[in-house]
Amino acid sequence: MSAILETVTFNDEGFLTDPNAWSRELAEAIAAQEGIELTEKHWEIIEFCRQKGLESGAAPTLRQITKGTGISTKELFSLFPKGPAKKVAKIAGLGKPEGCV
Amino acid sequence: MKTFLILGAGTGGTMVANKMAQALDPNEWRIVIIDRDETHYYQPGFLFIPFGIYSAADVVKPKRNFLPPQVEVIFSDIELIEPEKNRVKLGRAKKTINYDYLVIATGSHIHPEETPGLTDEAAWMKNIFPFYTLEGASKLANFLKYWKGGRLVLNIAEMPIKCPVAPLEFLFLSDWFFHERNIRDDVEIVFATPLPGAFTKPRASAILGGMLEDKGIYLEPDFNIMEVDTTKQVIRSYDEREIAYDLLVTIPTNMGAEVIGNSGMGDELNFVPTNKYTLQTEKWENVWIIGDAGNVPASKAGSVAHFMLDVVIENILRHMEGLEPLPKFDGHANCYIESGFDKGVLIDFNYEVEPLPGKYPLPGFGPFSLLQESHANHWGKMMFRWMYWNILLKGGEMPFESQMSMAGKWA
Ligand SMILES: Cc1cc2nc3c(=O)[nH]c(=O)nc-3n(C[C@H](O)[C@H](O)[C@H](O)COP(=O)(O)OP(=O)(O)OC[C@H]3O[C@@H](n4cnc5c(N)ncnc54)[C@H](O)[C@@H]3O)c2cc1C
Repeated sequence: MSAILETVTFNDEGFLTDPNAWSRELAEAIAAQEGIELTEKHWEIIEFCRQKGLESGAAPTLRQITKGTGISTKELFSLFPKGPAKKVAKIAGLGKPEGCV
Repeated sequence: MKTFLILGAGTGGTMVANKMAQALDPNEWRIVIIDRDETHYYQPGFLFIPFGIYSAADVVKPKRNFLPPQVEVIFSDIELIEPEKNRVKLGRAKKTINYDYLVIATGSHIHPEETPGLTDEAAWMKNIFPFYTLEGASKLANFLKYWKGGRLVLNIAEMPIKCPVAPLEFLFLSDWFFHERNIRDDVEIVFATPLPGAFTKPRASAILGGMLEDKGIYLEPDFNIMEVDTTKQVIRSYDEREIAYDLLVTIPTNMGAEVIGNSGMGDELNFVPTNKYTLQTEKWENVWIIGDAGNVPASKAGSVAHFMLDVVIENILRHMEGLEPLPKFDGHANCYIESGFDKGVLIDFNYEVEPLPGKYPLPGFGPFSLLQESHANHWGKMMFRWMYWNILLKGGEMPFESQMSMAGKWA
């Protein structure tokens, strides 16, 4: 495990507890742990989610991401396998998307 | 005369009409409520229809019966809301109504057309059914009556959905139903869900997941449906997993009312952005929300609408006096989960506290066991219908507190 992950705290579900403790290096480390190597396309999505998340106080849902970035759901799933909204939220240091209540 | 306007006369709108009729001076206020449908549906009852436990007649009553006489009721489509101009345009009634205060209670509704293939004519309502509408539930009942078995797949298309426990209840009741009919061995039951487990909250998810396993129900988690292939009879996920079905029961995408979208008032799912503690809309200070119509991250359930009621009424009355709204809604939800064989499970939670095991102390009725199967919880669920029609809709006192309590919970 990367040392940088030891410097911050995560909740039971693996989300960063303080979104301000986030950094690009941390994102790389979380992504690596999820088995994802971040490309430019990944960053485009992460940055959208960071911005949207900090603005509204909640991680964007899958629909908000596809609508906001113009990237198709299918592609999102290939970039962030399984649950893209949740995966991006984790990597972007945001909480769990609120679609899941 | 000032106008207090309510859009939607379902669970939330009806409760608000009753409360406001008591609170507002009839010499000063006219209360108007609008709905396109003259029939009130007891939606929690839809769950029991496929299994022949309830019939259509058990879940419908005229809306008028639940609205106080001094409230003006208009049966019409709501065509457009213009919050900047404080007015609402009606379709069928060909009218424009100006309001001083507006409560939006237009609910959430299923949109099967959001999933490619789902509504293919060859399959829709033939071996693909929703049970979130009375029509779907009734047609599914007919299908199940004669079904000899095969693979039943229950799929949730996308979160959030109203009553997030209803799919689990459907699975538990299916297991019971096929046992009763002596064909359980001939039926494979699969639950394909976009969630990582049986439910949204971790501890409840573990316990409810265990119950699925005990009942021999197969869970396919993280399944985000991309399309239905009705020729091959498979559902396919975005990550190219395929699940074959003989009978597909679907919880399609849930969205807020179309009129919200058409009026430019909603998010990407037509839910109105709302302050999750005060229930005031984010953009318009005289527009308020109750029930499923808002984007608050609480469960979309009748019990939740009921817990919202006192908060929204108090805050509107405060606003009329020029006072700040109070952040009193805590996301409280309280759901009986029917688990089959005359048993049920109860969960009680809010924004901060996930469902926990323990006892729910309910004076006069309880205690009910939390996150644990019991017969009492089943009776709680069955009693809910009586309480819904006779107490809840009329805004009467229910034996539940609006704010969640930790009493009896094992933290
Ligand atoms: C299968 C199922 C099981 C459920 N089980 C439970 C349960 O066990 N416990 C529980 O607490 N909750 C349960 N629920 C959820 C509960 O029924 C809803 O959360 C609740 O009814 C929401 O109330 P509401 O007032 O927001 O919306 P609704 O009661 O749905 O009312 C919305 C109203 O708005 C009207 N409307 C919408 N758009 C327009 C328009 N453009 N013009 C005119 N009228 C319009 C509709 O006709 C409708 O009458 C269940 C729901 C389903 C489907």
